[in-house]
Amino acid sequence: MIEVKDLHKSFGDVHILKGISTTFEKGKTNLIIGQSGSGKTVFLKCLLGLFNYEEGSISYEGRIFSKLSDEQKRDLRSEIGMVFQGSALFDSMTIVENVKFPLRMFTKLSESEMDDRANFVLKRVNLENAHNKLPSEASGGMQKRVAIARAIVNRPKYLFCDEPNSGLDPKTAIVIDNLIQEITDEYNITTVINTHDMNSVMEIGEKIVFLKDGLKAWEGSNETIFKTNNEVVTDFVYSSELFKKVRKMYIEENV
Amino acid sequence: MNYLHSIGAYILMIIELFRKPTKWSVMKKLIIKDIDDLIIGSLGIVAFISFFVGGVVTIQTALNMDNPLIPKSLIGFATRQSVILEFAPTFISIIMAGKVGSFITSSIGTMRVTEQIDALEVMGINALNYLVFPKLVALMLYPFVISISMFLGILGGLAACAFGNFATVNDYITGLQDDFIPYHIIYAFIKTIGFAFFLATIPSYHGFYMKGGALDVGKASTVSFVWTSVAIITLNFILTQILLS
Repeated sequence: MIEVKDLHKSFGDVHILKGISTTFEKGKTNLIIGQSGSGKTVFLKCLLGLFNYEEGSISYEGRIFSKLSDEQKRDLRSEIGMVFQGSALFDSMTIVENVKFPLRMFTKLSESEMDDRANFVLKRVNLENAHNKLPSEASGGMQKRVAIARAIVNRPKYLFCDEPNSGLDPKTAIVIDNLIQEITDEYNITTVINTHDMNSVMEIGEKIVFLKDGLKAWEGSNETIFKTNNEVVTDFVYSSELFKKVRKMYIEENV
Repeated sequence: MNYLHSIGAYILMIIELFRKPTKWSVMKKLIIKDIDDLIIGSLGIVAFISFFVGGVVTIQTALNMDNPLIPKSLIGFATRQSVILEFAPTFISIIMAGKVGSFITSSIGTMRVTEQIDALEVMGINALNYLVFPKLVALMLYPFVISISMFLGILGGLAACAFGNFATVNDYITGLQDDFIPYHIIYAFIKTIGFAFFLATIPSYHGFYMKGGALDVGKASTVSFVWTSVAIITLNFILTQILLS
């Protein structure tokens, strides 16, 4: 479990995060949603330790990140898998080398053991035939799956995903969502996903934190988000014509 | 204030470069790759420029010597001094600031833009050590490139002399041997090590700390070339003053 308390982050005079408190539960897909500019990415980067914050605390199973020594931070980071918005695969390495990278850096496994582990996770993300391709030769969906494989190859306790569906067609996006959900259940890990894709919210949002202007505006799940009367949330959720129509139909059916 | 901030950030980057070293088995491969990219990959252009500029130095010297009392061997002497003292170490380093420097800035800058550096940092890897340290080690072989440049510059002069009938080969070789001071070679290599340090670190700094998108990678490469050149020229002045005066 990850526990965040009263998190504040500013860039110069601009106050981005204005005191966010929440928890991300183990074995669940936790979603951070909100409009562009609401502070989602900054929040995620604070969670990952990429940004320092001025006030508050982030605790990973009782380990408060800002109070850890460099050695402890490194140990904690080896427990984290991250899927970046643009996949962030290393251009100069093949797909299989990208997946083996965390193993090469942090384990003492032999080459054949690393190959076995990489083959296993690539099979898990349905990419068993793309080992020797370069990332530039793979499609957007494939790159995302490689990024997921790289994130889980070292058996992390925490999986973070920054907009894993951005730039993907709806069908591939669902495949990625389901894959993340299955991996979360299978490995019983804490997954935190940063998204503004309402399909993801409906599919895998077991816990949802809604951010607006650097504050937590609402917290719930995919079951409660469509029933809430919170105006900020309903403005966001029903901003698209499709969801407006779905809501209208739902209301008409129930009336 | 901005300049002071940049100098401070650059010094902190240098310190950070040596912390949390990457596993040797991985680092070894990175160093070999960077030797191939930065040193071996530069030999062709360095050889071409050195040979022809050496030839031009010889021709210019010969054409400006119209006093019959001046011995022809002075052509070889002037070429040797120009090539060893300034042309090979300094002029080639400026060219390398364009070739190697912009390669380093753009490759690291692209990694920054595409979040590859963030990916390294999230994994708990010291990205500066992983990306910049192997380049610094690889460029410690830079004196090898400069020694080739010195040799080919002088050879180019010899060829120009022989084919242009400015002096005999014997006169040229006599000039090369006249008043030879071995310390000048040491001076040139000391300078080269300093330039190599700047060639590795200044472009890395501009790539690593760049902000923005693809367009900014190009801008960062240009800025890095300018500042690397400024640093090389300034260091050249300081070291020449200290080591030769």
